Amino acid sequence: MRDAFAPLAPSKKLFNWSMGTLGFFLSVVALIPLVAIFWSIVSKGLPHLSLDTLTQLPAPAGLTDVPNGFANAIIGTVAMVAIAAMISLPLGILTAIYLSEFGKQSAFASWVRFMVTILSAAPSIVIGVFAYAVIVLPFQSFSAIAGGFALSILMLPLVALATEESLKSVPNSQRMASAALGAGYARTTLRIVIARALPGIITSGLLAIARASGETAPLIFTALFSQGWLESFFGPSASLSVLIYNYASSPFSEQNDLAWAAALMLLIIVLITNLLSRWVASKR
Amino acid sequence: MGFAVAPSTESSSLLTSSSTDDSLENAGKLPFLRTLLGDGGFKSLTFVAALIAGAVPFFVVALISRDAWPAIAKFGLPFLWEQDWNIDESIYGALPYLFGSLVSAFIALVLALPIGVAIAIVTSERVLPPWVQIPIAFLVELIAAIPSVIIGLWGVFVFTPAINPFQEFLYARFGWLPIFNTQPFGSSMLVAGIILAIMILPTIAAISREAFLAISADLRNGAFALGATQWETIIFVTMPAAISGILGGATLGLGRALGETMAVTMVIGNVAGIDFSLLSPGSTIPSILANQFSEALDPLHIGALMYLALVLFLITLGVNSLAIFMIRFLSRNA
Repeated sequence: MRDAFAPLAPSKKLFNWSMGTLGFFLSVVALIPLVAIFWSIVSKGLPHLSLDTLTQLPAPAGLTDVPNGFANAIIGTVAMVAIAAMISLPLGILTAIYLSEFGKQSAFASWVRFMVTILSAAPSIVIGVFAYAVIVLPFQSFSAIAGGFALSILMLPLVALATEESLKSVPNSQRMASAALGAGYARTTLRIVIARALPGIITSGLLAIARASGETAPLIFTALFSQGWLESFFGPSASLSVLIYNYASSPFSEQNDLAWAAALMLLIIVLITNLLSRWVASKR
Repeated sequence: MGFAVAPSTESSSLLTSSSTDDSLENAGKLPFLRTLLGDGGFKSLTFVAALIAGAVPFFVVALISRDAWPAIAKFGLPFLWEQDWNIDESIYGALPYLFGSLVSAFIALVLALPIGVAIAIVTSERVLPPWVQIPIAFLVELIAAIPSVIIGLWGVFVFTPAINPFQEFLYARFGWLPIFNTQPFGSSMLVAGIILAIMILPTIAAISREAFLAISADLRNGAFALGATQWETIIFVTMPAAISGILGGATLGLGRALGETMAVTMVIGNVAGIDFSLLSPGSTIPSILANQFSEALDPLHIGALMYLALVLFLITLGVNSLAIFMIRFLSRNA
């Protein structure tokens, strides 16, 4: 490849070389923020991460001699993501089955696909406003349910679109073989197609969970925040992401420190889920 | 091997089902009926799920409109170009927030587009060896996985203090330009734009990269055969061929920038008002929603915020539909 360009005029050589350098330079510029973000979070978060931070409640503002932690926020995040997964995984996977196995290229399926794509690009804050209109206003209370519902709307398109792709990648000959043995649509889909596409479906579910765990905008006015333990799904709940947002703007430096520790914790959760999904995908 | 697995699970389930069917009189008909009912039920179940999923955007528009109605009825369309936002006097206008959203997203696009395209070229054309290309593509994708609130936290405590000397420099040297004529004090429209640029970069890079990869090798080989160098081929042949994908990626990035909430809210300063200086703090539609929603009690205030959310949703809907159209147009041509 390179030999083909060996006898070049100096001006062409200079142009080629400078453009290559420029492209490489711009790529490196793009990676500076990534490195800086990781470095800041590890260097500022790690010193404040301890057993207390993982097991204790947030200390009242201004008190420095009591144990300070965000255990309630970890529980809140896990609980709300679990609610979201329980709604969005079945709905998203069934939608994907319809699109790939039954609807295919029909007008209705194309319409659903377009709508789901539109939903996947909707701003997460608008999804929060939607959950506020559906749950918070009628029940006159901020709640973990409302937060979980908002996250489920956010996860639904991610699950549906990615699952459809992995279902479509199952070779049609396997569906034919199953039908030839006398299996109907339901059995073929559940026993053959889903079984074959399972790693892809798990990957899409894990990616959606990773995305939902880090979301803040849909939670700030649906689940709000709470200084105490999660007692009821019908009451406000703390979450790691809202804790970071609230404590980042706090005038107390120990709350800022806690925000960094929570950011490290959240980043670990999100990255582990992400890497896990890549690992499952590579098992295919 | 795939075949060996499928019949074995099939036969085991056939065994269990036939053992229950034996007790029934018309054993021949029932499994068939059950399959038919089961299939019909299963098909309908997936259909209903698809219907619900497809209807969600309609519900979003309908329910937000319902709760926005007090504000829509009172202010109507002039809401979009009124400047005042006064909770005590119940006067609401969207212009400062619309302005902030558009300006910050535009700054982000101007900064992220050249870098995103450069990454797409570097990671798709054979400019660099694969062992450099793959890590760059992976790391850029990784930016998209970082939660927005974490980028905001970094933006507040690390990036804003680090970039402020540069803002001071812009003010001192280029203060005569209307876009740099206010004294910077940290949070600003410019900082928000740069943070947004970092966040939309993976979108632009990934979609442009796909556009470059979709171009057939014949086109490149043709250009090489005519004596073009590698970068001449990229600039005069592949880039024009990939242009609709690049613009589609840029439009999708614009849509993301308009809707991005947390990181922007944390670094933009949250001052309502229209100031053409990029060094002055501002406010966007998502940032005012994030700031005021949890404390809004008055139905008209909630309605005005809902109205803003509706406007934001419709804007991003338009921008994203355009992006999807552009990207589909490309794939049909390739």
